Amino acid sequence: MLLAQTFYKNKQFLISCCFSWDEALRKDTIIQVDYRFEDVTGVRSGLSEVSYLADDGIAGIVYLADRLAKPVLIEGPAGTGKTQLGKSVAEMSGARLIRLQCYEGLDESKALYEWNYKKQLLRIQAENETRDWSEIEDDLFSEDFLLSRPLLEAIRAKDPVVLLIDEVDRVEIETEALLLEILSDYQVSIPELGTVEGNQIPLVFLTSNGTRELSEALKRRCLYLYIDYPDLEREREIINAKIPGMDENLADQVARIVRSVRQLDLKKHPSVSETLDWAKTLLLLGVEKIDSDVATETVNVLLKYRSDIEKAVKEFADNPEAIQEEEEGAA
Amino acid sequence: MSSTSQLDNSTHAESEESPLFDLLNGFIFELRQAGLPVSLTESLDAMEAVSHIPIEDREAFKYALGATLVKNQSHWKSFELVFEVYFSIRGPEYEIQQEGSELLQDDELIGSEFQQGEAPAGGGAMSGLSPEELQEMLFRALLNGDQAMMRLLARQSVMRYAGMEPGRPVGGTYYLYRTLRNLDLDSMLDRLMSESREQALNELTQLEERLELDEYKSRIEEFKKQIESEIRRSLVADRGVEAMARTLRKPLPEDVDFMHASREEMANLRRSLYPLTRKLAARLARRRKYGRRGPLDFRKTIRHSLSYGGVPAEPKFKFPRPSKPEIMVVADISGSVAAFARFTLHLLYAISSQFSKVRSFVFIDGLDEVTRFLEGVEDIGEAVHKVNTEADVVWVDGHSDYGHAFGVFWEKYGKDVGPKTTVLILGDARNNYHASQSWILKEAHQKARKLYWLNPEPRAYWDTGDSILGEYATHCDGTYEVRNLRQLEAFIEKLV
Repeated sequence: MLLAQTFYKNKQFLISCCFSWDEALRKDTIIQVDYRFEDVTGVRSGLSEVSYLADDGIAGIVYLADRLAKPVLIEGPAGTGKTQLGKSVAEMSGARLIRLQCYEGLDESKALYEWNYKKQLLRIQAENETRDWSEIEDDLFSEDFLLSRPLLEAIRAKDPVVLLIDEVDRVEIETEALLLEILSDYQVSIPELGTVEGNQIPLVFLTSNGTRELSEALKRRCLYLYIDYPDLEREREIINAKIPGMDENLADQVARIVRSVRQLDLKKHPSVSETLDWAKTLLLLGVEKIDSDVATETVNVLLKYRSDIEKAVKEFADNPEAIQEEEEGAA
Repeated sequence: MSSTSQLDNSTHAESEESPLFDLLNGFIFELRQAGLPVSLTESLDAMEAVSHIPIEDREAFKYALGATLVKNQSHWKSFELVFEVYFSIRGPEYEIQQEGSELLQDDELIGSEFQQGEAPAGGGAMSGLSPEELQEMLFRALLNGDQAMMRLLARQSVMRYAGMEPGRPVGGTYYLYRTLRNLDLDSMLDRLMSESREQALNELTQLEERLELDEYKSRIEEFKKQIESEIRRSLVADRGVEAMARTLRKPLPEDVDFMHASREEMANLRRSLYPLTRKLAARLARRRKYGRRGPLDFRKTIRHSLSYGGVPAEPKFKFPRPSKPEIMVVADISGSVAAFARFTLHLLYAISSQFSKVRSFVFIDGLDEVTRFLEGVEDIGEAVHKVNTEADVVWVDGHSDYGHAFGVFWEKYGKDVGPKTTVLILGDARNNYHASQSWILKEAHQKARKLYWLNPEPRAYWDTGDSILGEYATHCDGTYEVRNLRQLEAFIEKLV
């Protein structure tokens, strides 16, 4: 009895294996030109050529996304380069970037496809005498009258594309379901036409600011990448790469101050883009070395909340006691 | 192309037989045990992913597994811990070497380190060094940020100070404590600071000093982490992967018990509180916006029917007017439940736009209104701190007295409780055998819209010892066990 049971279980397991197998095979056979990237280091150096400095995690996941033909869901604090990653990958692989900006109220006709009503009307008017109605009706719902919106366009494109679905957490949870078919099978079902299969599997990036929990179904279909604030090393490199005229020492100082600021308990920590703004400001002001006066005067570039600024200023100002001690020491 | 995919599949098939497959299976099982929701498809993805990334590249391997298995940033820490336990002794450079070869390696490194003639005193293997010399080497390594040396020293100090006893079923916290006590890293920080002050050409400004301090702190923090993982590695080698994973298993942040959270867990909780409040606020606002239609507006319908000749063809509806309750929070902030009260206040104020008004009172045996500290401030953390220090909550001896506190509440503020008010009472109802004064709750219940009691204790402990929740509960609309963030979130959502 027990034996029979284990056998049954095994069989079940085998069946489920075969099933996933078939699926995997099918996915591979769609088209898949060739893998885009050779290895992880290749991705990393490629990205740094378009001045996006990826760490191991980022490069590894972009590489995997290509190999596994899966979309990447990117989360993380604002201003750490989530959207930029999508753009940079497109630039690096020489692909066209198709971008879908999500917002509340986004629907099918804006994201997937729409029938071109005006053209359909014209068509009817032009031919209503000459031809049979059923013929025209067939004709009306053909690809000629279909307007591709970003998602459909991305999979139907002949040239290589990178699809960027920006701020996916802005759409309602019901609209999210629109994405599921295209993300897992790279196809779109149109009731009047049938299923439109893709010409290619594009690299897909979804970004989210985490204002709400995304649905399990969506997360399951994606690789998950969390981009956090960079560490000291990487931030310094980013400053050097993005602002060419920057003195190395100054860049180092900027990166270190920003790290210290991030350790404070703030409402909004400075993002990478704000760090860059600050560094640019310092460069324009011709600052050679940051002291607390300069830091206090320009900190409003780095921080955007009054309470945060006050806190930072309090932390970094030369406190009067120390000055006093200094004077005493000198005397 | 098809040939490559075939190749891929065949390697994939092989890997299912290999030890890696077993290892991953155990790994995923352990993740599920730790509470991470790993689905079947995700584990299949992980298997496929690792066939593309060699296990030797440990960082990339870790991220590959992470990307396929962990879909929530707050779970990353738990994942990292399990990963370290499962894969710490795999991969060439992480293997536990035999004593002999390790010393040899140490020798070489020390040789290269001291060839510059700095302190050739050591000479022999590291184990021949005196504690002072070891201290000195650590000091130099930290000063220069020498990663390789720090790793070696971490290993050496664990060997020397931890006093590990094979076979003991422990998680290593005690070993860590023993090692750190011997190293005395606090005075090391002072030394590092004075050294960098001397090295500087000019006097260090406050800002520079601060930066140096942060730098050294982060290096020391790193060193501590290395020691910790070193200890863990030896423990895994000693006791085996499964046993170790079981010992180290920790709840996810949202499941951490408020009353028994360690300091580190508290910090984690505070950090995950902010995104939680944002999510909650967004969700509630959305629900309000897309709520159901209101009831039929008879007057408006008739008015519109005039344009159809008196036929009410188009029914008109009232706009839904979602209730915005007025909240009164009465929180016990005596030692045992303070953390819980703090979190709840934090969360309530973060979503206070969902309520028409929030008033808060805190008590131990006296009671004080603290709305003025919390209202309209940007930095809620500071405000809560003020509540703890400035509110006048002690009446006699500073032990919880619910009865007296309720008495004060009813006498001073009872008139403000009205049919729109929802009263929340936070506490464990451990009354130290004082009079319960439960008639106050009875009256409050009659006047207020709702009266809820949130208790941070597990339900099984209620009504044991001096807890008299049962007596109060008869007058409440509901009593809830709220021990962790998950339960708190669920309650707040219900409340709105």
